[in-house]
Amino acid sequence: MEMDLPLIWSVLIATAVMLYVLLDGMDLGVGILTGLARSDEERNLMTASIEPVWDGNETWLILGGGGLFAAFPLAYAILMPAFYLPVLLMLAALIFRGVAFEFRHKAVRKPTRLFWNGAFFGGSLAAALAQGLILGGFIQGVEVEGRSFAGGAFDWLSPFTILVAISVAIGYSLLGACWLVLKTQGEEQKRARRFALYALAGVALCFAAVSLATLSIDPRVTERWGFSMDHINPAKLLPLAPIPLAGMALVILAARDLLWDVNAPDWRPYVYSAGIFLTGYLGLAVSLFPTIVPFEVDIWQAAARDNALGLMLVGAGIMLPVILIYTGYVYSLFWGKVQPGDGYHD
Amino acid sequence: MELDALILSRLQFAFVVAFHILFPAFTIGLAAFLAVCEGLWLWTKRDVFKRLYLHWVKIFALAFAMGVVSGVVMSYQFGTNWSVFSDKAGSVIGPLLGYEVLTAFFLEATFLGVMLFGWKRVGNRLHFIATCAVAVGTTISAFWILSANSWMQTPAGFATDPETGNFYATDWLAVIFNPSFPSRYVHMMLAAFITTAAVIMAAGAWQVIRGHSSEPTRFQIRMAAGTLAVLMPLQIWAGHWSGEVAHEHQPAKIAAMEGWWETRDVQPTVLFGWPDEAAEKNHGEIAIPNTSPILFPKAEGQLEGLKAFPEADRPPVLPVFWSFRIMVGAGLVMLALGLWGCVLWWRGRIDKPGLFHMLAVPAGSLGFISVVTGWIVAEVGRQPYTVYGFLRTEDSVAPVSAGQVATSLLIFMVVYAIVFTAGTVYMARIATRGFDDDETGPPKREHRAPGSPLGSVSEPAELPYDTKPAE
Repeated sequence: MEMDLPLIWSVLIATAVMLYVLLDGMDLGVGILTGLARSDEERNLMTASIEPVWDGNETWLILGGGGLFAAFPLAYAILMPAFYLPVLLMLAALIFRGVAFEFRHKAVRKPTRLFWNGAFFGGSLAAALAQGLILGGFIQGVEVEGRSFAGGAFDWLSPFTILVAISVAIGYSLLGACWLVLKTQGEEQKRARRFALYALAGVALCFAAVSLATLSIDPRVTERWGFSMDHINPAKLLPLAPIPLAGMALVILAARDLLWDVNAPDWRPYVYSAGIFLTGYLGLAVSLFPTIVPFEVDIWQAAARDNALGLMLVGAGIMLPVILIYTGYVYSLFWGKVQPGDGYHD
Repeated sequence: MELDALILSRLQFAFVVAFHILFPAFTIGLAAFLAVCEGLWLWTKRDVFKRLYLHWVKIFALAFAMGVVSGVVMSYQFGTNWSVFSDKAGSVIGPLLGYEVLTAFFLEATFLGVMLFGWKRVGNRLHFIATCAVAVGTTISAFWILSANSWMQTPAGFATDPETGNFYATDWLAVIFNPSFPSRYVHMMLAAFITTAAVIMAAGAWQVIRGHSSEPTRFQIRMAAGTLAVLMPLQIWAGHWSGEVAHEHQPAKIAAMEGWWETRDVQPTVLFGWPDEAAEKNHGEIAIPNTSPILFPKAEGQLEGLKAFPEADRPPVLPVFWSFRIMVGAGLVMLALGLWGCVLWWRGRIDKPGLFHMLAVPAGSLGFISVVTGWIVAEVGRQPYTVYGFLRTEDSVAPVSAGQVATSLLIFMVVYAIVFTAGTVYMARIATRGFDDDETGPPKREHRAPGSPLGSVSEPAELPYDTKPAE
């Protein structure tokens, strides 16, 4: 049987991006929440909870970008120039966020310390917003001529993309807050629960708003979900309905844990939140598949040669399980509540 | 020269690469040094190696973070600024970069967490394995990136799709092990080790001059001088090997490096001069005539000068010519200092401040200087092509406006200036600090957080850098 390599690779890259969102999204969320920290001790505790793992988490973004280049060079060649400025914003923000992990411990004087604390918070927030702008711009589609991007420098900026950007930042805050619920205890955990609850309310609103807005973006998306001007097609809607319904159920479950069930396992809100992201992501995949440059280029047109995809599939087939195993091992190594003093300062 | 998107994109790429390469060059060598120190500590049980490890791992953490964040930039630049190149060459070099992420980046990034934060949680042996995993990861990463870059220098094992004009691989082994890859990989790895050795020697020399040298200082200055004395001759050989390969495949690059304009049977060795592209000659040339048979013994027939190539196919001569001389000069100085250090070591005078130490401190920058100038030779020498002989740089650029590229270039310059300055200050602060007043001495810092393992600093399972003063 002939393998559909572009299809396999589109699933692999989508998975890499999803893992990035769940893992580094949580790091960025923690970074955003450091803006609400009341003391340096609390801020240190927050960053210490992600310090051992953030490097590995960010690597999924390189796999997403590098994988897109390697597996779908045409999509990469069209999308990157289309999102030139938000990509630039994201990179600059990630630079500040990344070095601030180290630098904020090295800064001796108060102004520089404040600067790097600000860089950590601002970098995290700006990276989340930039990723949201890119996602929004991706959903609304880009203008293509021949094999290149043919639109303007600010095509990615619209009310819709701003809505998506805010949603992503709030969503990451939810993941970050749930991570802190898992990693902290006592007073810090109580505050993390409260952050998570506010973020969850925001996510529920944004989730609904973005879903409705996405449906109105392109008739093809609307049609895929079984809606049209004059009727609803249940044959199309019903098989897909579990996705948004599961999302809503997960919102309710997470809210119950955070509001009433203080004895719920600390990992549960994070898992529910990850589930919310997953349903949103699946809904998006259903709406856009199989285009990789909406609504211009599909995965088969954009794919690299089969021999390139095949070679990489061998590598990914061997390495991805290994990566997941040792990533899991490192997470288990640092499992448990973060203690004051777990970060390393000098 | 008009500042269009092409030239701005080239400037930006040169700028971000030059910035980025400083950190991998340093961390490849430093990771190996740390693995050696930790291995020696486990083997000999001598405290000095642990103190060296704990001292340099702090600098490693800073350098690694800067390498990671500047590396993420690189993985998106191909698309944002060189999208046509990405489209055309993606099916060939994309998988090489994909393999770099899969086999190296995850390994380094994940085990870095264990290396920096995990000693309390894993045993010494597992911690050593984590250090080795990071060190091995850095060399694997260099393997793939050098393979991809060398393919752009000496493309092999591919064909062109007649419909789209895109390249695709016909023989993967020929792509990965393309003609210039082996020599360039060896050259780069040695450069990384040498760069790190020069920095470690400089830090040691500084401590000697300041008079707070201790046992680890004495070890590090000896290890660094010995490394330079052994590796620099090997590096000269590797550089020469690389040059011979380049002469076979990229004669225009060699002509620019050597400052040859005319094609002759036997060429001179131009020591200095000022190449003038308009006049097609060197001004004020100082040369040793008839030396090419010594430097290029394998070359057959005539040695081509720049005039043998159409003007449109020549690389910019001046930067290639001068970068090459700076690289070689910096290398020779490091060789001399390495040998000098070994002589002082042998005569038992390496721990007393002297002229050697005064020179070794600024020489800590020479490794970086030769790495950057070496890359200018390699990459500017590849011009006017991105894929040598097959795809021109002007045909590789993305359809973005000059305004956007100017904005991004400006932002990168500001961001990197801030980050680089701060990072260098923080690293220098640690590197120049003596050993005696930290690791194994009594803890002097106040406001230790409750629960930090204060009393057990000599216990390998509980290390002081896992503790923090709560500011």
